[in-house]
Amino acid sequence: MKTDRHDGRTDFLDDMAPRVPSTHEEAAPPVYSVSRITREIQHLLEGEFPEVWIEGEISNFTEAHSGHWYFTLKDEAAQMDAVFFAGARQKGRIELSGGGDTPRDGRRVQVFGSITVYAPRGRYQIVVRRMKESGIGALQEAFERLKKKLQAEGLFDPARKKPLPRLPQRVAIVTSPAGAALRDMLNVLGRRFPNLHLVIFGVRVQGTGAAAEIAEAIDGANAMRRSGERDFDVLIVARGGGSIEDLWAFNEEVVARAVARSEIPVISAVGHEVDFTICDFAADVRAPTPSAAAEILVGRRDEFDEWLRTRSRELKLRMEHAVLRIRHMLADLRGRLIRRRPDEVVQALRHSCELLRRDLVRALERASRERRQRLDECGATVRNTWIRRKDAWRAHLERLDAQFAVLGPEATLRRGFSLTLRENGGLLRTPEETRPGERLTTRLAAGSVSSVVIPPDAASRPRAARARRPAADPGQRWMEWS
Amino acid sequence: MSEKKKTTSPEPLTFEQAMKRLEDIVRQMESGDLPLEKMVEAYEEGRRLLEFCSGKLNEVEKKIELLEKNGDEWTAREVSETELRAPSDAP
Repeated sequence: MKTDRHDGRTDFLDDMAPRVPSTHEEAAPPVYSVSRITREIQHLLEGEFPEVWIEGEISNFTEAHSGHWYFTLKDEAAQMDAVFFAGARQKGRIELSGGGDTPRDGRRVQVFGSITVYAPRGRYQIVVRRMKESGIGALQEAFERLKKKLQAEGLFDPARKKPLPRLPQRVAIVTSPAGAALRDMLNVLGRRFPNLHLVIFGVRVQGTGAAAEIAEAIDGANAMRRSGERDFDVLIVARGGGSIEDLWAFNEEVVARAVARSEIPVISAVGHEVDFTICDFAADVRAPTPSAAAEILVGRRDEFDEWLRTRSRELKLRMEHAVLRIRHMLADLRGRLIRRRPDEVVQALRHSCELLRRDLVRALERASRERRQRLDECGATVRNTWIRRKDAWRAHLERLDAQFAVLGPEATLRRGFSLTLRENGGLLRTPEETRPGERLTTRLAAGSVSSVVIPPDAASRPRAARARRPAADPGQRWMEWS
Repeated sequence: MSEKKKTTSPEPLTFEQAMKRLEDIVRQMESGDLPLEKMVEAYEEGRRLLEFCSGKLNEVEKKIELLEKNGDEWTAREVSETELRAPSDAP
């Protein structure tokens, strides 16, 4: 079929009726050129909707260098392109609450403008002249609905959360094998976590069926672990950033339930920091980004390293303390034991006795010293008294002696008389007092003469009577007193 | 023989159990009321657990596998990091 180029350039209002081939006038359907039909559509649309309000959710929002905004308006069932030219965005034309004047993906808005058809691409769009907030987007509503439902079931209960392993080693990653999320994670892990066994479950992360694939992979990993085919100690569900539609698979119930029933602890790492998904809530740990999930793994390893070092130090320290404590205890015990040993007791007693003995001796010595001193003092007194008295006596005796010498027989003897004393010292007064053989001493003035009494019949033998020298000086008797 | 009967032998433990046991041991030793003989035993066991745990650090080899669903089966193949890190526009 040939396109009539001439017709293509005419105002389509002049050509409202389709061309009818002249040869088959009666029943042949009209044949449009693409341009003509497009023009007709353009006419209908733009004529019908010169000014219209449309409500939908923004996605695939981009701001071009020219400043024009291009985005898609969508709801659960359909989508259409929209453009908001920079020149049309005057003050007061945009009424968005909260996040400034730039709309973001996922935002539900009402836009006012004209529907236009862009013939070269065969597309229609709304040229926006005003935009205002229209409450929560439909997807957002679905999100909130599911979140509430699962929350009520206790699926997000903190008590259900499983702790991550201290040292993750075998990691299942459910993600797109070609995705930026995986590259980001490998960048982090490759640098800092050398020995890790990664098993990537390649799945689609957006579009129809993605949610089911993700859920299957999570269940698959758990099944492998249960059967012993493979071991995983952590599972990461990951996807890079995108619009709420792009991330939608992670907001679906089937994924949330698979995550919640996983026996392997799950880290959810979907989108950017600001993107929260149902998967995040159901997971044991939410990582703000896939890189952050990898950082968590690395962090666990660093923590583990630190843990090991600390335990090693503690163990050594405890043992050293214990040994020290026991050593002290032993020393103490030994000390106490020694004090209890019998020979030590005897020794101790002996020592006490020795001390007592020494005390006693010292006391005795002190006492005797004092006594001796007193005795000495007494003795001195006695001696002095005695000496004094002896001197007195001697003086007295010498006086008596002198008197005696005057009054006694000495003077008489000096006149030539003599005294004859018997052996017993008595004075011989009569011959009858003596007996033969008795030794008599005759005292003269100077000395004395000894004689022996001769019996009357032997008086004729003169040699029997022999004179003797006196034995002692008369004064001798007195001298013996001194 | 008596070694096998010991429940304190770390070998049959999982990694997490070993770590928990090690922490218990350190705590026990800290409390200071272990008799000397038990103390030495605890220390020895602690040393074994430490070795066991640090051995775990290097137990796993660096390896990346890609599993893809083929009908009902997941089929695995080993892939290189560079292959996976090749630039791509996919999310």
